[in-house]
Amino acid sequence: MSLTSLIFLLLVIGVIYFYLGRNWGTRQWALGSIKLHSLPRYYGFWTGLIATVPAVLLLVFLSIADDFLFKSMLKNFYPSDVVEGDIVARAIAFTKVMNLVEGVRFGTPEPWVEAAAAAWIGWQKIADQVIALVTIACSVILGFIAFRQISPTFRARNGVERIILWALILSSSVAIFTTIGIVLSVLFESIRFFKLIPIQDFIFGLEWNPQFEGAERAGSGGGTATYGMLPMFAGTFLISAVAITVAVPVGLFSAIYLAEYASLRTRSVVKPLLEILAGVPTVVYGFFAALTVAPFVRAVGASLGIEVASESALAAGLVMGVMIIPFVSSLSDDVINAVPQSLRDAAYGLGSTKSEAIRQVVLPAALPGIVAAVILAVSRAIGETMIVVMAAGLAANLSFNPLDAVTTVTSQIVTILSGDQEFESAKTLSAFALALVLITVTLALNFFALQVVKKYREQYD
Amino acid sequence: MTNPIENGPLSPQEAAIRVQASLKKRARSERRFQYLGIAAITLSILFLVLLFAGIFSKGIPGMFQHYVTLEVLLDKDRMDPEGDMSAASLYSGDARGIVNESLMNALGSPEGRKAKRAARAILSSASASRLTEFAIKNPEYIGEIVAVKFAVDDDIDSFLRGFIARETPESDRRVNDQTIEFVDRLNQASLISYEFSDYLFTGSASRDAEIAGIKGALIGSIWTLGVCLLIAFPLGVATAVYLEEIAPKNRMTEIIEININNLAAVPSVVFGIMGLAIFIIVFGLPRSIPLVGGIVLALMTLPTIIISSRAAIRAVPPSIRDAALGVGASKMQTILHHVIPPAMPGMLTGTIIGMAQALGETAPLLMIGMVAFIVDVPGGVMEPATALPVQIFMWADFAERMFIQKTSAAIIVLLAFLITMNAGAIILRKKLERRWQ
Repeated sequence: MSLTSLIFLLLVIGVIYFYLGRNWGTRQWALGSIKLHSLPRYYGFWTGLIATVPAVLLLVFLSIADDFLFKSMLKNFYPSDVVEGDIVARAIAFTKVMNLVEGVRFGTPEPWVEAAAAAWIGWQKIADQVIALVTIACSVILGFIAFRQISPTFRARNGVERIILWALILSSSVAIFTTIGIVLSVLFESIRFFKLIPIQDFIFGLEWNPQFEGAERAGSGGGTATYGMLPMFAGTFLISAVAITVAVPVGLFSAIYLAEYASLRTRSVVKPLLEILAGVPTVVYGFFAALTVAPFVRAVGASLGIEVASESALAAGLVMGVMIIPFVSSLSDDVINAVPQSLRDAAYGLGSTKSEAIRQVVLPAALPGIVAAVILAVSRAIGETMIVVMAAGLAANLSFNPLDAVTTVTSQIVTILSGDQEFESAKTLSAFALALVLITVTLALNFFALQVVKKYREQYD
Repeated sequence: MTNPIENGPLSPQEAAIRVQASLKKRARSERRFQYLGIAAITLSILFLVLLFAGIFSKGIPGMFQHYVTLEVLLDKDRMDPEGDMSAASLYSGDARGIVNESLMNALGSPEGRKAKRAARAILSSASASRLTEFAIKNPEYIGEIVAVKFAVDDDIDSFLRGFIARETPESDRRVNDQTIEFVDRLNQASLISYEFSDYLFTGSASRDAEIAGIKGALIGSIWTLGVCLLIAFPLGVATAVYLEEIAPKNRMTEIIEININNLAAVPSVVFGIMGLAIFIIVFGLPRSIPLVGGIVLALMTLPTIIISSRAAIRAVPPSIRDAALGVGASKMQTILHHVIPPAMPGMLTGTIIGMAQALGETAPLLMIGMVAFIVDVPGGVMEPATALPVQIFMWADFAERMFIQKTSAAIIVLLAFLITMNAGAIILRKKLERRWQ
């Protein structure tokens, strides 16, 4: 029985128990002799939920757990050299078996692979039947117990509400689990990477060329693979710097104009237009950067007699800056609007012009918020992926010249991890180490922005 | 500015003169400041216009392509060797030969292998299967002569659009002189037409630009978004309800809130890495499937939905809760019957905006392998699929001129979806949102 039909069946059982419970309730209600603790439908919900929720949880657990069990049982089939071999050999052996299970044949497989695959298919069949049987039995029996348990004094509503409360609490903890998942998944692989490549070589290394790894493993000549992240750090810094140079002045002045000068009508037209810029998918910006902006920058450079790389940091940075403009402007707009009118009125009362009031009163008052907005924009720029993947190229140059081609942390992660990866190679693992750096930096910037706001915010009443 | 205290107090007349003298300068700087603001806004809007002009100027032509209309004799024996009109039999028939013959007839039967090859270069390589599909759809035409439209090859299409100039030396262009002559001949017989591309929405991924379409990617995106919605909406609403209505002010609640803020700050590519490490490497789910893509995008959009749902719940006035509690509703009944329903439009608005975000997201999907070259249209959440933005990313990498236009056309489709979703969110908010005062 397939997973979907099984879940459907469990739901049907749940609905049947719901009606059983509710009808019991309405019958008691109609009798009128005994006072029910809860409304009839709560008795229905109680029996229905008890019949489905544990069974579905059990189903999910078993369907995940069975593969792990099979995997450990499969070890008996591996020849001795695989069992004694390293994790790579076992992974290859496992893939061989799985290919055969899915019906993909490459040449004639070894006899042990055939046997293992046949065993796996047999286990799968048994497991499917066992899981179906166990979950259905669990559902029917638990539902029956719940149905027998209900009585006019039974607090069905409280029980149902407790289940809902737990569901709400569990949902809220997903955010925590996700964070833990992100940190652990990146941290574990990074630790494995640092076992292969010393951490100081990674952080302070001046050269990044993991593409030599294959040649190195094959034993042929060529350079050695090196994993120094500084060139990428420089590239990320360079592109982000260009982006911030575009986004902060434009975004800030847009925000000032919209908040202080623009009429309500202008504001209601311009603000949504700026928000469109924020809604455009990054892949579209990347396409625009690679196809239109980069050749344009190159052509302008050529007409001035300056050599510009076809995938220059300038082009990627410019487009990224445009992408961040609405981010800076809407955050700054909020901050400027939060400065109380009395401060402006006081400045006008002393005879200052509008721009003097803004420059000398409003902006200083809004400064912590604006600084936080800029920091968040920097964090955005560092984490932005598609624009740099499409427009910034892969040349790991340690350069601070915006006309050179550079690469960034995110574009290296994408290049290494999209497509087929070699299992357990330092190159694949290096992407996780880069991701660790990326997370650390963005979260640190975020934390920093929060602290700035907290520490320097002025409280006006 | 001079400090009046240092020089002793000024007489009112002198002060007035000084102010008078500085007024012009101050007015100028005031104007300058205002112009800077206008310039900044103009610049951003100019970027927006340039971006849209660039995409639309290439994308609108990308929705059209050139077709050749050929008189084809659908010979029964050759189209249908088995004679039972089954799809298998029709696909094994000699549609290719029939198409080539009609093309040669239309060109006045050129002689020589070289000329024939030049003639064949005009048609798309998928013309034979197009004829077969035509026969499957219209079996009544078998045995008759019918006019069928075939897509031209992408190089010929580029030539007809003028991107390949006649003046270029023959060795430097992708279309040779003989082919150009044949194309001219077809043009004179007005057999070549320029119309809305029927491959754009019905074709799937292909290396041949003229028959490439977004159908598979679009359906992959729909599956992925479906999974994303099923996970993110209940989780987001439940979290918002818990944090706003139930959660005690303690350390645990604080940790949840910090984590939600952190998730909102994590770059999207990192969610993809987590999906790769947890769902694919640890749980052993297959790569490239919408299920994993949907889960990853759901975790990514969760903060957006939570934040807007919390705002919607906060907008429900406390008096509603007090009234419900006052007539004897339990805490949970108050929430389920009197807080969530009025907050629903706000929650839905946030969800739609989150879904629009997820629809445009590319980087996490690259990490979990949804970037593979997949020709089949996915039939479920467990089948390999790609998504619309990923398709755009892949097409953007192809060098053929026609792919640039197809990519732009796909971008227009994506933007159309995003704008519809956002407009829907705004309308929903305007229509259903309740004003309490």
